[in-house]
Amino acid sequence: MSGVRAQLPLLLGVAPFGMAYGAYAIESGLSAGLAQAMSAIVFGGASQFIGVQLIASGVPGAMLVLATLLVNLRHLLYSASLAPHVDHLSARWRWLLAYLLTDEAYATSMQRYRRDDASPHKHWFFFGAGFALWVTWQLTTSLGIFLGAALPDSWSLDFALPLTFLALLMPVLTSRPALAASVVAGLVAAVGFDWPYGIALVLAIGAGLAAGVALDRALGGGAEERAFDVEVS
Amino acid sequence: MNLWLTIVGMGLVTYAIRLSVLVFVSHTHLPGAVRDALRFVMPAVLFAIILPSVLYVGEDQSFELTLGNQRLVAACFAATVAWFTKSVWLTVATGMAALWLLQWAW
Repeated sequence: MSGVRAQLPLLLGVAPFGMAYGAYAIESGLSAGLAQAMSAIVFGGASQFIGVQLIASGVPGAMLVLATLLVNLRHLLYSASLAPHVDHLSARWRWLLAYLLTDEAYATSMQRYRRDDASPHKHWFFFGAGFALWVTWQLTTSLGIFLGAALPDSWSLDFALPLTFLALLMPVLTSRPALAASVVAGLVAAVGFDWPYGIALVLAIGAGLAAGVALDRALGGGAEERAFDVEVS
Repeated sequence: MNLWLTIVGMGLVTYAIRLSVLVFVSHTHLPGAVRDALRFVMPAVLFAIILPSVLYVGEDQSFELTLGNQRLVAACFAATVAWFTKSVWLTVATGMAALWLLQWAW
């Protein structure tokens, strides 16, 4: 339950984003069933937006799958960084948590795992956070599909997602290497905005990580242990 | 039918990525350099998503690095709020309010 509670402020950003996705999918000509199924099966906001965009422009299915792979490659890093914390869990638990692993669930769970207490039940926190997000995403997708074009663009609901990410970003900028990683990744992503299939995002993250590691080494390392001390509430 | 297959494909690759290390690879096999890099995942990913979304705006998603870019201005304001309050709730609320205010004032 504490995981659900920790996730609540993030849901404020995710809910409008889910509605924006649902409305966007319908406007782009997807059927309601297809739009909802994408939320349930893919469960990844950025890749779903790109997916809808590519479907609407008639890109072949194989390219769509490749684009999804590239855009969601960052989850590989989440998966790797959470792995040590779920080592003791059964395979069933790990399969379940992997399905719920999103940007937001990762951010909140990492905060919990970084706290010093040795509670063996932190995976329940992860589950609570991930599940709350999942339910919200499915419901708001439906709402967006249902309301569709009735949601005026001027409400700019999609703006809630970058805002949520800003709130997650500021507290992790605790050192110069972290700042360098962030700035380099942002610039590469901005420069490559027009490049196809989410390639820019992958390159940007790679460049950002490289910049962070390089500067960390140059400064003697060890500056980053507090990188995940975020206060969400 | 084809689109359904595509979506299933999208879901499968996404799930495979999320499963990868969590289920199939033991973390002890990760080299030190990779573990070092993992510490910078959040700052890199977040800003890589945020920055393009506030620089390329409007119907045609055109590049706009000016004070007339309402999303950029609202985001800068929200970033300041985030920096000082560390509150997701306040950041989203004030950022949306700032954007609406700017849109209304224009």
